[in-house]
Amino acid sequence: MKKIVLLLIAALSGCQIMAQDSTSLLNGFEDKRAVQKITGAFKSTRVINAHSTEMLHKGELDFRIMHRFGVFKNGFKDLFGLDYASMRMSFDYGITDNLMIGLGRSTILKDLDIFVKTRILQQTKGAKQIPVSLLIAAGYIVTTQESFATVKPTFGDRSSYYVQLIAGRKFNSKFSMQLSPLLVHNNATLNPTDDNTIFGLGGGLRYKVSKRIALVLDYHHAFGQLDSVITNPLSVGVDIETGGHVFQLHFSNATGMNEKGYLTQTTGKFFKGDIRFGFNLSRIFHVGKKRKKW
Amino acid sequence: MRKNIFTLFLFIAVTSTLMAQNKVFTKSGIISFYSNTSLEKIEAVNKKVLAVIDAANNKIEFALLIKGFEFEKALMQEHFNENYLESDKYPKAVFKGSFVKTDAAPVIFTNNTTQTWEITGNLTMHGVTKLIKLAATIVVKNQVISAAGTFKVLLSDYNIKIPAVVANNINKEIKINITLPSLQEMK
Repeated sequence: MKKIVLLLIAALSGCQIMAQDSTSLLNGFEDKRAVQKITGAFKSTRVINAHSTEMLHKGELDFRIMHRFGVFKNGFKDLFGLDYASMRMSFDYGITDNLMIGLGRSTILKDLDIFVKTRILQQTKGAKQIPVSLLIAAGYIVTTQESFATVKPTFGDRSSYYVQLIAGRKFNSKFSMQLSPLLVHNNATLNPTDDNTIFGLGGGLRYKVSKRIALVLDYHHAFGQLDSVITNPLSVGVDIETGGHVFQLHFSNATGMNEKGYLTQTTGKFFKGDIRFGFNLSRIFHVGKKRKKW
Repeated sequence: MRKNIFTLFLFIAVTSTLMAQNKVFTKSGIISFYSNTSLEKIEAVNKKVLAVIDAANNKIEFALLIKGFEFEKALMQEHFNENYLESDKYPKAVFKGSFVKTDAAPVIFTNNTTQTWEITGNLTMHGVTKLIKLAATIVVKNQVISAAGTFKVLLSDYNIKIPAVVANNINKEIKINITLPSLQEMK
């Protein structure tokens, strides 16, 4: 008799499992521990001039060609500034997903620059939430243009260093923002009273207008004693992404395309019409070992 | 008489335990897809597919996170999430379907058998729900239940737009494979 009761219970419990069937079979299976990394806060590793919160992935080589033209306001005489082009060409490489290096050369002052950039924190959502991404970039710039001064500047005199902290957040799929304090040290200055070390507070905004097009703004405010003609670099532009290419078209008062250049050598006044057209073209190649097969 | 009652109960008990066993699941199902054109080969795999088969009711459901697809090239993965599947907006893909067979026999997990099935159901992805058909097999070998299936989806059905510049790099119709190895009994 006892057995019968037991079997009855077994039978009933079997039926109960059936009875539990609600609308979805998957109910109660959601993984509550899942953590998702937030990616794609910006289209490229640079907002326009400044480092963005984006990194190259491991094994990616980013060939960048950047152009800054003459001022727009001279009109057709200079073909809206297109007669005067300056360029920076660079190769950036992702050593790991969180570490990249880059080498660039600008036509202005024949500047050569190298940098290393690393991600300390990545924004995540889910079980573990990190509200911001945090990155740090450090670089060295040397001017290699021949000097005609009576006392030739030494290698040290032509050197500059910078370190930049990038804190950014992708607020939603469209809007991202970053703050990027930047410290630039120039071994030699234009005037004896100028500060060698200049602090710049950078800010970057991105607003996606479609899946492949975004509006961007990049601004740096310099703090410290610089020559009176030096202004703060402001750039506004549009990012267009087409597969492996990213085109960043923009208007800016800055011609410098490295940190020393745009923070301490920008002379145009954006709101007085010293605006130039420029573009960055980024092409990504996969050169490293492919990711392991699954 | 008492013996008869006992056998009757035994029968009920056995059939109901079988029914209980008839609901199986996995959290590590595999879904992969493949696009092959002369210009580009695109392959991706998601190994965290959640799937439940309710054999008693001939039903199957599976779900996955779009971000869980892994590509060989990280940039492709980023574009897949950002531009094509918009995984921030539509994080999941879900399928709800039922097994159909002409003789309408229920799915039974009998040891050492292979059954072929046609499954029809609704696949929801990228904010669109469409009826799809899967060709599937259920294999029970050495008490281990596993299932596999394939189906095709037209990107245009799911409102996934391919820009003209890369139109020749991506197949219009994508073949998708699903593998559910060693389904466990649901407790």
